[in-house]
Amino acid sequence: MKKTDLQKVQARAAEYAKLREAGITPERKKRSAKMDFFMRFAKNRLALFGAALFIVMALIAFNADNFFDYESQAIFQNMSQRLLKPSAEHIFGTDEYGRDIFVRIVYGARISLFVGLGTVLSSMLLGCLIGAVAAYYGGKVDNLLMRTMDIFLAVPSSLMAICVVAALGTGIFKLMIALAISEVPRFSRVVRSSVLGTKGQEFIEAAKACGTRDLRIIIRHILPNSMGPIIVQATTNVARCVLMISSLSFIGLGIPSPTPEWGSMLSEGRTLMRYYPNLVIFPGIALMMTALSFYSIGDGLRDAMDPRLRN
Amino acid sequence: MSAANTTPLLETRDLKKYFKTPRGLLHAVDGVSLTIPRGTTLGVVGESGCGKSTLGRTVLRLLEPTSGDILYNGESIVGKNAEEMREMRRKMQIIFQDPYASLNPRMNVSQLIAEPIRVCHTIRGEKAIDEKVQELMKTVGLAERLYKSYPHELDGGRRQRIGIARALALDPEFIVCDEPVSALDVSIQAQILNLMMDLQEERGLTYMFITHNLSVVKHISSQIAVMYLGQCVEWADVDEIFENPKHPYTQSLLAAIPVASVSERHREIETIQGEVTSPIDPKPGCRFAPRCSKATPACYEGTLTLRSVSERHSVACRLYE
Amino acid sequence: MDNSLLKIEDLQVVYSTDDSLVFAVNGLDLDLAPGETLGLVGETGAGKTTTALSIMGLLPDRTGFVTRGKITLDGHDILASSEAELRGIRGKLVSMIFQDPMTSLNPTMTVGDQIKEVLQVHNPDADEAQLQARIDELMELVGLPAARKIEYPHQFSGGMKQRIVIAIALACEPKLLLADEPTTALDVTIQAQVLKLMRNLKEKLNTAMLLITHDLGVVAQICDKVAIMYAGEIIESGTIEQIYTGERHHPYTKGLFGAIPNLKEKTRRLHPVEGLMPDPTNLPLGCAFHPRCAQCLEVCRNCAPAAHLVDGHMVKCHLYKEDR
Repeated sequence: MKKTDLQKVQARAAEYAKLREAGITPERKKRSAKMDFFMRFAKNRLALFGAALFIVMALIAFNADNFFDYESQAIFQNMSQRLLKPSAEHIFGTDEYGRDIFVRIVYGARISLFVGLGTVLSSMLLGCLIGAVAAYYGGKVDNLLMRTMDIFLAVPSSLMAICVVAALGTGIFKLMIALAISEVPRFSRVVRSSVLGTKGQEFIEAAKACGTRDLRIIIRHILPNSMGPIIVQATTNVARCVLMISSLSFIGLGIPSPTPEWGSMLSEGRTLMRYYPNLVIFPGIALMMTALSFYSIGDGLRDAMDPRLRN
Repeated sequence: MSAANTTPLLETRDLKKYFKTPRGLLHAVDGVSLTIPRGTTLGVVGESGCGKSTLGRTVLRLLEPTSGDILYNGESIVGKNAEEMREMRRKMQIIFQDPYASLNPRMNVSQLIAEPIRVCHTIRGEKAIDEKVQELMKTVGLAERLYKSYPHELDGGRRQRIGIARALALDPEFIVCDEPVSALDVSIQAQILNLMMDLQEERGLTYMFITHNLSVVKHISSQIAVMYLGQCVEWADVDEIFENPKHPYTQSLLAAIPVASVSERHREIETIQGEVTSPIDPKPGCRFAPRCSKATPACYEGTLTLRSVSERHSVACRLYE
Repeated sequence: MDNSLLKIEDLQVVYSTDDSLVFAVNGLDLDLAPGETLGLVGETGAGKTTTALSIMGLLPDRTGFVTRGKITLDGHDILASSEAELRGIRGKLVSMIFQDPMTSLNPTMTVGDQIKEVLQVHNPDADEAQLQARIDELMELVGLPAARKIEYPHQFSGGMKQRIVIAIALACEPKLLLADEPTTALDVTIQAQVLKLMRNLKEKLNTAMLLITHDLGVVAQICDKVAIMYAGEIIESGTIEQIYTGERHHPYTKGLFGAIPNLKEKTRRLHPVEGLMPDPTNLPLGCAFHPRCAQCLEVCRNCAPAAHLVDGHMVKCHLYKEDR
């Protein structure tokens, strides 16, 4: 393997030498930083697949109304059509209420993606704020904020979510709050460690040397340079949230029926699983693929961001 | 000469900076009293751990002094509050050692140079700021086409030029240069040093030039202060230090520099034995005594201060008392 | 004339990245006799470290390729050797010390154990007593008390760490020592100590040394021969006297000497070469130095200069053709 690589490189070098002898200096295109980043990301096949999958899912899910009719296909119970095996008309078959499974999965994607991304974005904002302030000011401020975060982290996230839902009731936004409560501390930790690392760098000192105020230092100098680990954490958190929503729905505390949601589909199909495996296989695969795609995007982003891992 | 001309631009009086560590009190800067006349360069020289970088930062109050006074143009700046210091910072700037770490990787050249201007609002209006940035780029020798380039696309020498341009953005009077050329290749070092000397002449700048490299500092300094473990052990005009070093440490430092010449080759390399002692809770007396070939029992007692041995030459050493 | 310990012929090393080839070493020729110390001088990007890594067979796996050339070390053809053969050579025949002593030592092993490691690799039959005796001997050799062999690297200062690195490198008495900027990270007084040590060891053990550095002062102190590198080739080489004195020099060499601040003279301005080292992915045609050369001729733009040899003093420059 090494030998053929060597031959390839020798060939390229020889070609280059020929060009130069002819008096031509081959112009090397300089790639911008963004292009460079994208190329590095694209080298990770799994990450690329994950990103593609996410894009496809998002496009289908958010344009679902152009292809399907929500009421008639996903919600309306059509008992004459119940428990059909996969066919041309119903790609994944129908469930025990006669609803098309494929359409329900598509609409379920909407929920999962919306709740997942929404929760993560909002918790990221709050987490960034808390983590950055704690890291930047240190001392008592750091202690106070982080110990508060520790208290929230000490409670298992599923339990926390269950308790919050039990207290506030079900519904999309309440669910997002429940999830966010355990996401914010996780984010704040990552942000804090990232900011601590950036804080010590000389360019921060340089900013202070011209009298830059703290807020500007945090927003203009520290956060943009700490975003790497934060973004990676965010993608993995989306996967977690998606799984969490489904888990909560599975036990009946998430999105209430009849709204299609992968977890509740799994729950409903549980009893008939033996004879009609399509009831659970397809939602299960959807869940798995979504989580997988976000995890691989996260991996790809992390590798692309770390220039030392190149080659 | 009027009285105003003789006020040094920067003066420190018994300046101290200590750090609390788990192992004790670290005396990073321990009673340094120096003056820098306007338009001149003070080279602050010493090896790692001598406190020179800490001194540079403390003088600008990037680190708060533990005790002692800092006077800028005769006015004490130790007591000033944050707002007043912001005003002062326009006149007192710093160039850092590491051209890689001292520039925000997410900002391009124009943004980096314009940042101090935007923070202090010294120039208003995008166009005016742009013009100023381009003027500064020209002054430091950065090609116009690099306007939108990012630091990671450029080499060490160019990055350091960005650092210099940034330091000049507010038209300061005094610049602390913390090892500005140590991370650069020899040819680039020389280019940057020439640039800094030209700027000093054109703009009447005052430098505190911190370095461990005596040969570099010789070209740019008018006076040199040699530091060892937080204290200034010798302070003199540049020619005096090189022709007539008095403190044993200064002599060793000069002797240790490898000379690029064949005639010096067969000379026995003189070395100081031992290692630097710890700056944590140091013992009384001269800190160099444990390694000094000329130490006497008197060297281990009391405190040493800089005393004049001739005009414009002071040493802190028992040999000259 | 095959008295040479290390012979490098027409070495070309290329780093392959996604979008380009980095021509790090371009036709390097080098000759080192046993016991000789050669200073390889050049600035960042000249290809010095790449050369050293090639000699050790330590180029990065997937990106570093030797596309041309031959390296012969004490009769062994390095480029044709297998990894197993190279492992036998590294440490025993040739050792390398790197620039940063802080990161060269394993922080979780005692200093004595690290020296022992290299001894064990090449002396699998030695017993514990023999090993410990040798470790003690080596510690004393580099000027450290043998009793400290049980301590960890963080308990030593920078200069002492570099001594330990030297001890490890010399443990199996290699014939060739590659030292990549061994004193650059050290304070000047500590550098003096380490250079003095290296000079003593050189005389005592008669080890040949390839000293890579950008500091012409260090080279003057300790080397017998000098080779100046620029953009992956050696553009001038000769003995210390030939390089440090006389008029027949490559313009780059003159520029290097002109950039050094001189302690004795009272010059105000320095006279470096303007410009920068060329981009190794896009080297200039003809002589690699011609864009920066004050004495550039027409022929320099198109034609790469050949090596012109006078009495062992080689200069690769059109200004110095023999027939001039």
